[in-house]
Amino acid sequence: MSSLPRPPFLFAGVVLALMAVGFSQSWGVSLSIVNLCLISAVMALGLNMQWGYAGLINLGAMGFAALGGLAGVLVSKAPIAEAWSAGGGNLGLSVVMVVATVAVALLGRRFMSRGPLRNIVTAVIIVAGYFLARTFFDPAVDAIESIDGAKAGYLGGAGLPIILSWVVGGALAGGAAWMIGKIALGLRTDYFAIATLGISEIILAVIKNEDWLSRGVKNVTGLNRPVPYEIDLQTSPWFLDMVAWLGADPVSGSSIFVKLCYAALFIAVLLILIWLLERALNSPWGRMMRAIRDNEDAAEAMGKNVTRRHLQIFVLGAAVIGMAGAMLTTLDGQFTPGSYNPLRFTFVIWVMVIVGGSGNNWGSVLGAFIIWFMWIEAEPAGIWLMDVVTSGLDESNPLRLHLLRSAPHMRVIVMGLVLLLMLRFSPKGLMPEVRRR
Amino acid sequence: MTEIFNALVLLTNFVLVPGLTYGSQLALGALGVTIIYGILRFANFAHGDLMSFGTMFVILLTWWFQSMGVGIDPLPTALLALPFGIGAAILLTLFADKTVYRFYRRRKSAPVIFLIASIGLMFVYSGTVRFIIGPADQQFADGARFLLKVQEFKEVTGLKEGLAIKLSQGLSVGVAVIVVVALFWFLQKSRTGKAMRAYSDNEDLALLSGINPERVVFFAWVIAAALATIAGTMYGLDKSFKPYTYFQLLLPIFASAILGGIGHPIGAIVGAFIVAFSEVTITYAYKKFLRYLLPESWEPDSLVQLLSTDYKFAVSFVILVVVLLVRPTGVFRGKVI
Amino acid sequence: MSFLIGKNMTGGYGGADILHGCTIAVDRGEIAVIVGPNGAGKSTAMKAIFGMLSLREGTVLLDNEDITQLSPQQRVGKGMSFVPQNNNVFATMTVQENLEMGAYLRTDDFSETMQQIYDLFPILHEKKNQPAGELSGGQRQQVAVGRALMTQPSVLMLDEPTAGVSPIVMDELFDRILEIRATGIAILMVEQNARQALMVADKGYVLVTGENRFTDSGQALLENPDVRRSFLGG
Repeated sequence: MSSLPRPPFLFAGVVLALMAVGFSQSWGVSLSIVNLCLISAVMALGLNMQWGYAGLINLGAMGFAALGGLAGVLVSKAPIAEAWSAGGGNLGLSVVMVVATVAVALLGRRFMSRGPLRNIVTAVIIVAGYFLARTFFDPAVDAIESIDGAKAGYLGGAGLPIILSWVVGGALAGGAAWMIGKIALGLRTDYFAIATLGISEIILAVIKNEDWLSRGVKNVTGLNRPVPYEIDLQTSPWFLDMVAWLGADPVSGSSIFVKLCYAALFIAVLLILIWLLERALNSPWGRMMRAIRDNEDAAEAMGKNVTRRHLQIFVLGAAVIGMAGAMLTTLDGQFTPGSYNPLRFTFVIWVMVIVGGSGNNWGSVLGAFIIWFMWIEAEPAGIWLMDVVTSGLDESNPLRLHLLRSAPHMRVIVMGLVLLLMLRFSPKGLMPEVRRR
Repeated sequence: MTEIFNALVLLTNFVLVPGLTYGSQLALGALGVTIIYGILRFANFAHGDLMSFGTMFVILLTWWFQSMGVGIDPLPTALLALPFGIGAAILLTLFADKTVYRFYRRRKSAPVIFLIASIGLMFVYSGTVRFIIGPADQQFADGARFLLKVQEFKEVTGLKEGLAIKLSQGLSVGVAVIVVVALFWFLQKSRTGKAMRAYSDNEDLALLSGINPERVVFFAWVIAAALATIAGTMYGLDKSFKPYTYFQLLLPIFASAILGGIGHPIGAIVGAFIVAFSEVTITYAYKKFLRYLLPESWEPDSLVQLLSTDYKFAVSFVILVVVLLVRPTGVFRGKVI
Repeated sequence: MSFLIGKNMTGGYGGADILHGCTIAVDRGEIAVIVGPNGAGKSTAMKAIFGMLSLREGTVLLDNEDITQLSPQQRVGKGMSFVPQNNNVFATMTVQENLEMGAYLRTDDFSETMQQIYDLFPILHEKKNQPAGELSGGQRQQVAVGRALMTQPSVLMLDEPTAGVSPIVMDELFDRILEIRATGIAILMVEQNARQALMVADKGYVLVTGENRFTDSGQALLENPDVRRSFLGG
């Protein structure tokens, strides 16, 4: 453990690496990496809350991030009046049906005594309710999706500024986590992990298939922004003056300026979040959380409701991940469900948490920066390596071509090795949890 | 009367046969997971990508055999390559156990650590497979395509609906039967098999009886690797090989194992068929089926499909959740860690 | 010199010492019983003799051979057999399979030994294809003891064999233990039911806080007024 460099060096190292990219490739590339690092840091913070504070293994971060992205669409896109009038009514009725079904099922359970009959009745109610809801749902969906299918085909959103989606995304993800947690918390760790994995696949499947919601895999582009557009900057006098004074050109300058604006926003979010988390950790609530994590049985014996606390943490952590998802969609300016995959959105974030240090907020940030940087640079680095290794071979040599084409996959192997090595030789991570009073 | 037969044939063709096939494939996968869970006591998240790795090896060897004109027509050449793929997978898992898991076993680490380690291995297997063979769909099936052709069936029975049975479907079921029989013979009758069951049942007592834990672990990995490769190859022959799909199969495989009672081989098989048939029956469009059975005025207009096939994984997940809520030990009362 | 002796044993499970210079011995064809109040270190003493914890001081000798450094599995190889208090059968395996597992280390034909076990515990023969987990508490104990006897041990160690069984079953169990003694095996037993255990014991060891307090024949201990007052209810 003493052989690992101290955190300040590591942070400095990351900064240096980013600057090196800036010089050797471009500042635009470097800033893009920084922005994604910041977003990943927020995701890692959320995941770390669940793992580091409560010992929950959440393999469904992808689903929560996707919900955050969905919020981006639902908040910022203008509502499509035609679609609402065509299908809104029936859709509303189907929602009413679902709520009614759940209510009837729950009431029924309360009035019946335990046993197989109660379960059968519940199942019948749910199935009947499902079919009833479908009778309204299916025509509604058909109507909505047929309105301007090529460019729209969905309900649109609320037409509000996209920055609100960061909060809405968090709320959406938190809500989903509440429902999942109510069902799945209290299961043993392995089972809970599998359950979260399944949920995230379901969430993504729903987003991809329910076109009426967010166009599914047809994607939603042209989301509005919290920062200026490059084109606007390039024609605004104050910007042109500043660029001229700096000796840069307007086009690349505008792009860099936009990225800097995003970075500023993200850094603000990150700092506020860390401040809140550090305060929470040092509060009685935080001490209780640690007590539960360190000795669950003792805590329960003392009357602490462990499951309820776990639910709190799970919801909060998910909300943070959802917020990060909304931030990402804001940065991208588009919502592309097809780009969500568990590798990049769940498992890479896990590596960040493990490498950075479970239970340590700054550790998660550090881990996020290091791992994301590795993840991004491993692709060109791998290609470069393959290029060097096969430099003796002819340009069209099939082995060379294959190696060059496969090089990007090496980064997955590297990620795995980093995780394994870290887990084995330094399981507390680069920045172990600070033992607090 | 013929209407009923037609309806039955339709159901057999689109529900029964695919369900049996998919169930056999899942069963082989779930058996591997449940054995590792029973002996090593952790959920192996690398299992899907282990299936991927073994199948990849089989595919590469199959292509090589095919290029050399080596074959066993009408059976797929992949069957020839299968033993070698199994061997490669076995070497990989034993290496992984030696370099990764053994350390944590010695220290009696918590199952959570094994789970995270298995995620790391999942990365390594996944990346390696994609590096060697790429992430795209691969086809490697050859040999006869059908055991029973639609035309043949229609000629023999004179029905309007035809039944087709692909060779890959027959193989999945047949190979699964053979493997399961062999596995159960091993577990029930052989000394090592009984030692494995004893170790899974009561680790401390097994050690007291002089059972060698490393030997048990060795056999567990060998069997799991073999099952994974066979499952992956059968699935690949029947559908296609795509690395990401094998990762996604983790969900129904875990659902099967947990549903059946994790750590119980019979449970894994029963669970697999329940999951497979649920997926197939719930995503099947019953319109044509009902058309045969119902009088004309009652015939449905819509597809009468409970869930679209895109939500296949939802089915296993819902089953999983229901099991975990109602009866977490599963049908055959397995372990809960 | 006793056949099996743990001399001056001092040690614990890694923290504070539980045993302080404790000595326990048993001879072939003899029943030695360890009794004492809760927390006296009875099970600890037996586990120390079996090698399940390291001793800071003291030695364990089996037939004059120093086995202090051997692991439990190695001691099984030397002819010792241990029946734990809990989880002492393979619940999902049949009675017959449990016995087979007991004989796992044997390379010869053990069917004769198995027949002897069935003779000793006739009910096990009746239920030999039933999973051990489905048997009653007393029958499970019989399976546990039978499993331990399959290696034809020279020493049989039992950790509270009558814990949680009814008095009738306890009597039966003790009868069986007497029969086992008759075959020349050295039997070491930790027991909570002190009175009944001392009645069958050739030697009794009363442990208090990890030390020998009284050592005598079973009968003598039963009649000892101090012992009676402290542990036997007068």
